[in-house]
Amino acid sequence: MKVTLLPEGLRPALQRRVEEVSGQNVLACYQCGKCSAGCPAAGVMDLLPSQVIRLVQLGLVEEALASQTIWYCAACLTCAARCPKGVDLPRVMEALQELAMERSGDHLPPGRLSAEALAEWPQQAVVGGFRKYTW
Amino acid sequence: MQNMEALPYFPGCTLKQRAAGFDRSARDVFSALGSPLAELAGWNCCGATFPLTVENLLDLTGPARILVSARAEGTRLAVACAACYNVLRRTNHLLRTDAEKREKVCLFVESEYDGDLEVVHILELLHREIGCGHVRQALRRPLEGLRVAAYYGCLLLRPAAEVGFDDPESPVLLDELLAAAGAAPVSYPHRGECCGGYLAVRSEEAALGASKRVLMAISAAGADVVVTSCPLCQYNLDRRQAAIARQEAGFRPVPVLYFTQLLGLALGADGAGYRFDEHYVDPRPLLKERGLVEG
Repeated sequence: MKVTLLPEGLRPALQRRVEEVSGQNVLACYQCGKCSAGCPAAGVMDLLPSQVIRLVQLGLVEEALASQTIWYCAACLTCAARCPKGVDLPRVMEALQELAMERSGDHLPPGRLSAEALAEWPQQAVVGGFRKYTW
Repeated sequence: MQNMEALPYFPGCTLKQRAAGFDRSARDVFSALGSPLAELAGWNCCGATFPLTVENLLDLTGPARILVSARAEGTRLAVACAACYNVLRRTNHLLRTDAEKREKVCLFVESEYDGDLEVVHILELLHREIGCGHVRQALRRPLEGLRVAAYYGCLLLRPAAEVGFDDPESPVLLDELLAAAGAAPVSYPHRGECCGGYLAVRSEEAALGASKRVLMAISAAGADVVVTSCPLCQYNLDRRQAAIARQEAGFRPVPVLYFTQLLGLALGADGAGYRFDEHYVDPRPLLKERGLVEG
């Protein structure tokens, strides 16, 4: 992964915000990759989970917010269960989701869902989906 | 046979809708074993996911109200849906350990709550309290070596410190319960890995990827049937099989049941209200063949 560091790209305030909202010390991560290795959704993600937290560590939060990855976290906690440093990555992902929606509104506007889809999904999926994807 | 008082029980919204077969079969199982489930007098949806951002107190109020209602009816609450179990356990843990949040949430829901309710999953009640021995004694239709893949999913197991009643990486309780009912649990990888959860709402491809890994392993292990304790796991594993069969020539579809549907039949229930006709992979041919349902 090639990362370009420029003074104007680093946003320590936004990085602190992610830490505050998630309650996590992102600098505790030492990039071992166990989270990425066990993530069931890694196959459809553009950035790996460990890459997302790396971006946050470097203050490159905007890039993390622009990824598709943060929306594919199912909060299954496989990563959190295995992290040797006790970093709760799902909390970081949810913090990034919230920051993104704070700026751009609902990620999945309810009005966009078809009646067929809503009828097909179990209630648990609809409630969970709205909880994670709407602001 | 034990005879315990009726257990206060929280079904959750999905068990009243799509997963009504899970609710009905869970009640049958506990009635057959002498410990009927008694639905809470008043309850609301748990919210389906536990809020992970640390200042999100609003999404704790729904589950907190459930805990308060349940505490008015007893000191324990039985839950069948893995998501409801996870949300309620984690909310309970937070309210017990964070006095400031407990105070704020209690103020909002206008109730006092000390955190002294015990939220228990029905699998733990069946295995650890009622016991495999009682299950064995109560069998009417032993499962006679039916090869079952016990699928635990993620919500029953993680975070282990807050919700776990079984090993988070190598769980066994469901396998042992099924063995007590006469089944032959199959060994396969990915038993505690995510089915994709609510990702289906955003991307069918993502849900397919997660479910496929689990289903390929189950099919390769030679299972006749999969059992689960979560409406979303049941939906994802059931729904995606048609797409997997199109992608993988050798894939053999396997019906996906709630574990209480299978256990209910084994304990003598007739399957009324189990809604087998709503499953994508029809379980009825297998169940008829094994003498578990009439047909």
